[in-house]
Amino acid sequence: MTVLAALVRRDLTLALRQGTGAGTALGFFLTVLVLIPLGIGPDQALLQRIAPGALWIALLLSVLLSSDRIFQADFEDGSLELMTMGPAAMEIVVTMKGLAHWLTTGLPLAIAAPLLGFLLNLDAALIGPLVLAMGLGSVALSLLASLGAAVTVGIRRGGLLVSLIILPLYVPVVIFGVAASSGIGGVNIAGPSLMILAAIALVALVTVPFAAAAALRAYMH
Amino acid sequence: MKLVADNLACERGGRNVFTGLDFAVEAGGLLLLRGPNGAGKTSLLRLIAGFAEPAAGTVKLEGGHADLTLGQHCHLVQHQDAVKSALTVEENLSFWAGFLGGGDIEAAVAALALDRLRTTSAAYLSAGQRRRLSLSRLALVPRPVWLLDEPSVGLDAASLERLKGLIRDQLAGGGLVVASTHVEIGVPATAEIDLGAIGRQAA
Repeated sequence: MTVLAALVRRDLTLALRQGTGAGTALGFFLTVLVLIPLGIGPDQALLQRIAPGALWIALLLSVLLSSDRIFQADFEDGSLELMTMGPAAMEIVVTMKGLAHWLTTGLPLAIAAPLLGFLLNLDAALIGPLVLAMGLGSVALSLLASLGAAVTVGIRRGGLLVSLIILPLYVPVVIFGVAASSGIGGVNIAGPSLMILAAIALVALVTVPFAAAAALRAYMH
Repeated sequence: MKLVADNLACERGGRNVFTGLDFAVEAGGLLLLRGPNGAGKTSLLRLIAGFAEPAAGTVKLEGGHADLTLGQHCHLVQHQDAVKSALTVEENLSFWAGFLGGGDIEAAVAALALDRLRTTSAAYLSAGQRRRLSLSRLALVPRPVWLLDEPSVGLDAASLERLKGLIRDQLAGGGLVVASTHVEIGVPATAEIDLGAIGRQAA
C-alpha cells in the first residue's frame, strides 16, 4: 500500500506544482463554459436545454487537455523505466496514475459543474444527477485518457493524436452521461443510464491498465 | 548469486550490436563493459534490466528470488536521471523509498553528501548534483545487482571517491555490479568485456 500511496502522492504534488492540477483544469472548464453563452446568445430557454450537454463536452475537453502529460514526463526522464523495476506491476502503476489524474481533473470538475452550470441556466433539479453522472463518467474518461497517453507516449507533441484516438472512445460516456443528467426522455432513463455509466467505468478500470501497460512496455523496448 | 549470459545477442534498428556474448559474474564481482560509443554497452545494461528482449540467447540471475524478475533485483543508473525538478531532493528520495518498498533516506543522503541540498528544489541542482541524487538511489534501497551506465560522468573528485566506496561496499556485501565506463573507476574489476571487439567480430 505504501508503494501505491507514494506514487499517488507524488503525482498529486507534481500536478499542483507544475500547474497541471485542479486549478488549471477548472480554469479551462470555466473558460469553455463562458464562451458557450457568448456564442449562442442570451436565450435562457435554449441555454437551459443544452446546459447538460455543454457541461459534458466541456468536461471531455478539460480531461483531454491534461491527458498527454500522464506518462510523458516520466517516460522522458527515465522514471517510468525505473518504475518497471519496482515491486508494483506496471498495470498497477498505470491505474494509480489514472487515479491521480482523476483526482486532479475529473473529480474537481464534477464537483464544480453545478456551480458553473448557473452560467448556462442549468435546471436546479438536475444538479444531483449531473454531479453523480459526471463523478462516475469522469473515472472512465481519466482511464481512457491514460490509455491514449500511453499509446502516444513516445511521440513528441502527441496531444492532438491523443484527442483523435480517445474522443471516439468517449462517445458512449457522453451518450449515457447526458442521458443520466439531462432530464429528457419520456420515461425515466436516468437510473439505467447511471448504471451503464458505472459499468463503462468498471470495464475501463479492468481493461485499460493492461492495454496501457502493454503500450508502455512496447515503447521502452 | 550469479549473473549469467549465454550466447546473448542484441539487435537495434535491424543492426546486430553484439552477438554470441557469454559471461558470468559471481556475487562480489565487478564486470566492466568497455568499447567505443555505439558498441552496445547501454544496450546490454538495458537488456539485463528487462527493457529489451535479446535477439538470441538468455541472461538470468541464478540464486535470486524466484518471484521477482531480473529487473526487480537491479538498480539501474543511466543517462536519464529520473529526477523530478518540481520536487526537492528529499522529496525525490522519499518517493523512490516509498515506491521501491521502503528505503533508508538518511543513508542515501549521507552516501553522496546531499545533506546541504536536502530541501533544495531539484530544479536548482547542477548536472553533477543531479547525478549524485540519481546515484544516491543505490544506497537508498539495497538491491543485489547494480547496473551502472557511465556512473562517473559529471562527478567531482570527492563524489567519485564516494561512488567508489559505494561500489566497494556493494561488492563486499555480496552484491554484484555491471558498469560501463570510459574512465578508470578505481575499483579492481573481476572481469572485463570489450564490446567493441565483439561487435567487430559480428560485423
